Amino acid sequence: MAIKALADYDFPSSDALENYKGKQLLYINWERHRMFSRPFVLALTPDTPFSVIVDQYITNCYSYHPDFAHIDWTQVVWQNSDTVFHPDMTKSLQENGIGHKDLIRFTTPGLDGIAGTGY
Amino acid sequence: MDMKVAKKLGLKERYTLMTRDLAWDTTYQPMDKVFPQVTFEGIKIHDWDKWEDPFRLTMDAYWKYQAEKERKLYAILDAFNQNNGHLSVTDARYMNVLKLFLGSTPPLELMAARGFSMVGRQMVGAGPRVACQMQAVDEYRHFQTQIHSISNYNKFYNGMDEFAHQQSRMWYLSDGKSFFDDAITAGPFEFMVAIGFAFEYVLTNILFVPFISGAAYNGDMAAMTVGFSAQSDEARHMTLGLECIKFMLEQDPDNLPIVQRWIDKWTWRGTRKLASVGMMMDYMLPKRIMSFKEAWEIYFEQNGAALFTDLARYGITVPKCFSQTIEEKEHVTHQSWIGFYMKPDATPFHTWIPGKEELDWLSEKYPNTFDKYYRPVYEFLDQQEKTGNRFNNKTQPMNCQVCVSTIKFNEPGDPMSTCFRETRYKGEKFHFCSDHCKDIFEHEPEKYVQTYISSHQGLQGNCAPEGVDVNAPDFNPGDHIADYWKLDKRATGDFNGSEDQKNFAAWRDQATKN
Ligand SMILES: [Fe+2]
Ligand SMILES: [Fe+2]
Ligand SMILES: [Zn+2]
Repeated sequence: MAIKALADYDFPSSDALENYKGKQLLYINWERHRMFSRPFVLALTPDTPFSVIVDQYITNCYSYHPDFAHIDWTQVVWQNSDTVFHPDMTKSLQENGIGHKDLIRFTTPGLDGIAGTGY
Repeated sequence: MDMKVAKKLGLKERYTLMTRDLAWDTTYQPMDKVFPQVTFEGIKIHDWDKWEDPFRLTMDAYWKYQAEKERKLYAILDAFNQNNGHLSVTDARYMNVLKLFLGSTPPLELMAARGFSMVGRQMVGAGPRVACQMQAVDEYRHFQTQIHSISNYNKFYNGMDEFAHQQSRMWYLSDGKSFFDDAITAGPFEFMVAIGFAFEYVLTNILFVPFISGAAYNGDMAAMTVGFSAQSDEARHMTLGLECIKFMLEQDPDNLPIVQRWIDKWTWRGTRKLASVGMMMDYMLPKRIMSFKEAWEIYFEQNGAALFTDLARYGITVPKCFSQTIEEKEHVTHQSWIGFYMKPDATPFHTWIPGKEELDWLSEKYPNTFDKYYRPVYEFLDQQEKTGNRFNNKTQPMNCQVCVSTIKFNEPGDPMSTCFRETRYKGEKFHFCSDHCKDIFEHEPEKYVQTYISSHQGLQGNCAPEGVDVNAPDFNPGDHIADYWKLDKRATGDFNGSEDQKNFAAWRDQATKN
């Protein structure tokens, strides 16, 4: 539907890619670990290796959780929004098909949060 | 000589003279050019004279009545302040309710005042114009009296002085800010449904329970009196909102689908906004009145259902979100408090883990969900805090493009998973907290692509204090954002060990012991 307005109505998106000066937004969420409340957001260049996401950002945020030490990284299921994908850790975000404002969700089978609550 | 004494005017006559008789139809310019806003939304009005004025209140009576309320209110505020009333509240944690309230509510009262001033100019009929102008003055008064009642606390406790600066900048205030920005940039009829009906009529009681009863239960005479002084205004506001709905529906059958969509939209937006109000009831008031769940059942499920049954004769149905809110009433406050607890450096108020008795109260009030999903994580976080490892999630949030809540609510039917929804518009991805927010976006994407999301603005380099080079290679927005927000460090962090906690204990000791 088009907006109804009294005059021409055309304003730019607040979060258009060009506003990030060569970077792009990326959201990360650890499924069934809702103690962290919501996903977190990063602005990264598209040539950032995927391994940095895991070794740096995911580790810094989520290692507070007692489940984190028990993650078997070979078993992790990765999704880009609802689509399962298999990231190549050595390749970049772009090479892994990750674009501006994509949401990376990862599930760690067998780990369901504190006392299995999803938190 | 005989003098002819004019007979004193009757109420009805005076009302007519002071409202409808003051209006005229323009002749230098056609009416539709003077009042262009009343048509573009698609609402069809054939006869403005059919507007029923629900309360025959003239401006002169209004001034007298309001002035009397002001006198009483300020007498009580003065007495409360002179007697160090702040030391008679239940517990220093209560101050955090005031801090959250101050950032989130008076600025929105001011927005309501602006909105009703605009609508008062835009409407054609004299009846709605006068009513909107009165409401604009009411809302301005609410904005002022709320700030005045809290200003005394500001002398003693941290984190209250920058609320006006923070309102349009801070992450957790963005939901309320966007709520009013959305309403005020709509047309006059949508504004009336948004604020006059959905907010003032359908949801207002949920707001008043924690603020008026909560203040009374917790010994805050000042806030309680402010609340009571606003309540008689609210009765008028509710009537105006409902009258506007009925007027639109009676004027033309084509108005029904438009009005229904607005009701669906604004009931949902209001519900999202109330998640943090519910959190005050369940977590922040030291002495609780009732649970958010109980309040939702009484004021929304029962009273709301009765209202929509009444409107059924116009073809109106219960808002689309009705059943989802009933499922969520068991969850949203717990999810919200975890969301605030885990971010201790990013609010000008303190958070804490509820004490054992408080956890028991929550278990009792939420028998279906609290022990199953929430209590274990609170107990875990409590242990961590006691061993010096208090939870602090340093990352920046992901927010819903429409309601601007952080994306923290669960997938309907699955409390262990977060709900995600997304869409594409002009090649860009947009994310939402729910189907309802996604629907709202897809109806008017041109509007919601402009949403202000604090974390995104930080990453664009727009939230650094002057003098910081946002293009430096090592620029990290998280390092500067607290300064940009003018966040008082003393007001952040856990309540345990805070300056407020120590001061309150020391002052109360002085006041009550030798
Ligand atoms: Fe108000
Ligand atoms: Fe009101
Ligand atoms: Zn939303």
